[in-house]
Amino acid sequence: MTTLHVNGKAFELDADPDKPLLWVLREDLGLTGSKFACGVGHCLACLVHLDGQPAAACLTPLGAVGSRQVTTIEGLPADGSHPVQRAWMELNVVQCGYCQSGQIMAAVALLVRTPQPDEAAIDAALRGNLCRCGTYQRIRRAVQRAAALAREV
Amino acid sequence: MLALSRRAFLVGGASIAGGLCLALRLPLAGAAKNATAFAPNAFVRVDTDGAATLTLHKSEMGQGAHTGLAAILADELDVDLAAVRLVMADEDPAYYLAMGAMGTGGSTSIRYSWDALAQAGAAARAMLIAAAARTWQVESAACRTAVGKVLGPAGQSLGYGELATLAASLPVPENPPRRSPADYRYIGKPTPRVDNLPKVTGQARFGIDVSLPGLLTAVVLRAPQFGGALDSFDAKAAERLPGVRAIVAIDAGVGVVADGYWQARRAAQKVTVRWRPAALALDDAGIAKALAAALDTQGSPARRDGDVGAALESAGKTLEASYRLPFLAHACMEPMNATAHVHDGRCEIWAPTQGQTRARDTAAALLGIPRERVTVHTTYLGGGFGRRFEVDFVLEAVALSRAVDAPVKVVWSREDDLAHDFYRPAALHRLRAALAGNTPTAWQHRIASPSIQRRLAPDTVKRGVDHTVVEGVSELPYAIPNVAVDCALVELGVPVGYWRSVGNSGNAFVVESFVDELAHAAGEDPVVFRRRLLAGQARHLGVLELAAERAGWGQPLPQGRARGIAVHMSFGSYVAQVVEVERGQRAPRVRRVVCAIDCGRHVNPDQVAAQMESGIVDALTAALYGEVPIADGAARTGNFDSYPLLRLDGTPQIEVHIVPSDAPPGGCGEPGVPPLAPALANALFALTGERQRSLPLRLV
Repeated sequence: MTTLHVNGKAFELDADPDKPLLWVLREDLGLTGSKFACGVGHCLACLVHLDGQPAAACLTPLGAVGSRQVTTIEGLPADGSHPVQRAWMELNVVQCGYCQSGQIMAAVALLVRTPQPDEAAIDAALRGNLCRCGTYQRIRRAVQRAAALAREV
Repeated sequence: MLALSRRAFLVGGASIAGGLCLALRLPLAGAAKNATAFAPNAFVRVDTDGAATLTLHKSEMGQGAHTGLAAILADELDVDLAAVRLVMADEDPAYYLAMGAMGTGGSTSIRYSWDALAQAGAAARAMLIAAAARTWQVESAACRTAVGKVLGPAGQSLGYGELATLAASLPVPENPPRRSPADYRYIGKPTPRVDNLPKVTGQARFGIDVSLPGLLTAVVLRAPQFGGALDSFDAKAAERLPGVRAIVAIDAGVGVVADGYWQARRAAQKVTVRWRPAALALDDAGIAKALAAALDTQGSPARRDGDVGAALESAGKTLEASYRLPFLAHACMEPMNATAHVHDGRCEIWAPTQGQTRARDTAAALLGIPRERVTVHTTYLGGGFGRRFEVDFVLEAVALSRAVDAPVKVVWSREDDLAHDFYRPAALHRLRAALAGNTPTAWQHRIASPSIQRRLAPDTVKRGVDHTVVEGVSELPYAIPNVAVDCALVELGVPVGYWRSVGNSGNAFVVESFVDELAHAAGEDPVVFRRRLLAGQARHLGVLELAAERAGWGQPLPQGRARGIAVHMSFGSYVAQVVEVERGQRAPRVRRVVCAIDCGRHVNPDQVAAQMESGIVDALTAALYGEVPIADGAARTGNFDSYPLLRLDGTPQIEVHIVPSDAPPGGCGEPGVPPLAPALANALFALTGERQRSLPLRLV
């Protein structure tokens, strides 16, 4: 049995330690917000936080998570009230939405680290997250808007 | 977790308090519970408790169709968009409208549905008004609506829910009055997307997220060569692995069915398969040769104006050029997947599909059952771009569910997705043009390409011309007296399909690059040259002038920067783009794209802009990186490492300007794509003096 801490809850799992965290989240815990798109860490649609640090869930075996806290998109407010979610909605960033969980989790991690990122810092932090709908320009603006919204709180 | 039964499948964030619901239609359950609900047509329903449900009949794949369709219905019905329930329709002839099938493509969702949906909303509103008028014993004309209520002349007020039962007993009017556009709350305004909340909370349900009791997950091993077939396979080692349920042969290859994706994928690696080779196994060199040979030996006329031969013969100056286009993959972020449950002579399908009717009909044919016994539910689509009009992945799920007698979700890997696509066709173009002074007198254009329509719509291929091969060329808008366009269809053994903007994407690159070549040969500024030859084309001119003006065309740029322009009409919309490039330390960089669009009347200017941004990034990705190499009859693709996409740090500043227009609505999902590649190529020529006639472009 493996104990996995996800979004503030502990889960006892009888799963293969080699199984990637992404599939544990999606199939064993029913947390389907983290997406499968490449399986090799090239697109980060599966990006989650491990103790607040961004990580590719598709490349992280369950056995390597250990006692670290996993935060997924479902760990953000379900009413969309996080500044990053609010900025995303205000600017109508999403299109198909498939990559957006990963984009949002990358942006949340960036803003914790760097509360007022400039464009270069945003580009550097989110360049690993692919978006096939081309929402990049709105992502760039939404991260800046989220930084402003977070300052207002 | 959302409760999920076979009949009621929630796609969106239905459990979110105050949030907008997006659910698949509950075909009978609701009606049985509430027999007096007011549902005058397939799109609108008002329950007696006042809850309004709007049914959407187009796939939401990012293009914002749901937001636009809901706005049309909500404005004509006069309800609050934030308070209605939105439901994605199951496949049903009630939703075919002008398409003749249920499907999403051709940038048609709004323009082919607007009138029908406005009519549906207006009819419902007129009936609710009539019900109120009858209740109050007044004339309908004396009543009006105010967001979910009917108001009477003496200050009476009844909610739509209170009127539902009576309204349901009234006749549906044939020509209900439409609301005045001045009263619209959504149409013409930057209404927020209706799918924002589920998509920023991880609650939006895509095909890959479908969950059912007893659901198994499958991966499929497919012949690496196009046209290859299964010979035999050995699954002994794989069958012993934990979680593996079955390993079976289906038409598509070998299906490995397991409890979850990872178990299935791991087991698939232990299956050894022998494939029978394909009859036609070309490589890139063979393809280039076949295309060139086709241009030398065949061709069917797609357009003939004047006498091109004579004009070229007598011309003072002629230009010749060949342009090449590669195969392109769609690379939707959500890998292909579908879920099917074949049971008791029926089949239920949940799929991220653009082609509901095709999915239903082909599943029925595969199973040998009437289509009435097949249900197709549509989930959110993690990108479509034309790929999800195909039904290969749906039929895999159907075949596997039948084989193992359980609900099965088939999930492709990224490697599967890139190697087994229906690619944008590779093509070879050969052009000759004549100039008399600075005025072109002849345009001869020959195209060799595989045909998409021979497979998907053979009736539309007439006299050797597949219109998708020549679209955007045979409509050449420039005032040139002698024009000849020829089409040579070539079978290369590589599957081809619709790729966002279809023939327009490659053809605009060729036409608008060659127009640029002519402008330079004529010694004229590319905007001045185009303006002169587009004198009779008001909408082309409108976007050309607007894009040029906003981009500062003609104004000096700092050293090491250059601009290029292109204009193209597709799907009823006119788009011009100016690309600005800058010489970098190692390679030129795309700094800025200015886009002008005239799409006629439109529902949501913010979503028009979003689709232009999307098309530009898509087209820039294709122009810089897009190429599927073919060797030994197979795609030589891997993952995103060898099929790169544009990333955030490569994204230029994009500005979109919309031409105000009362013209009939045009499409928006695709028309942003075609002008980008030629505008970029023209900018690179202006920067470097080198003309690139082959995609992808080199940034050197």
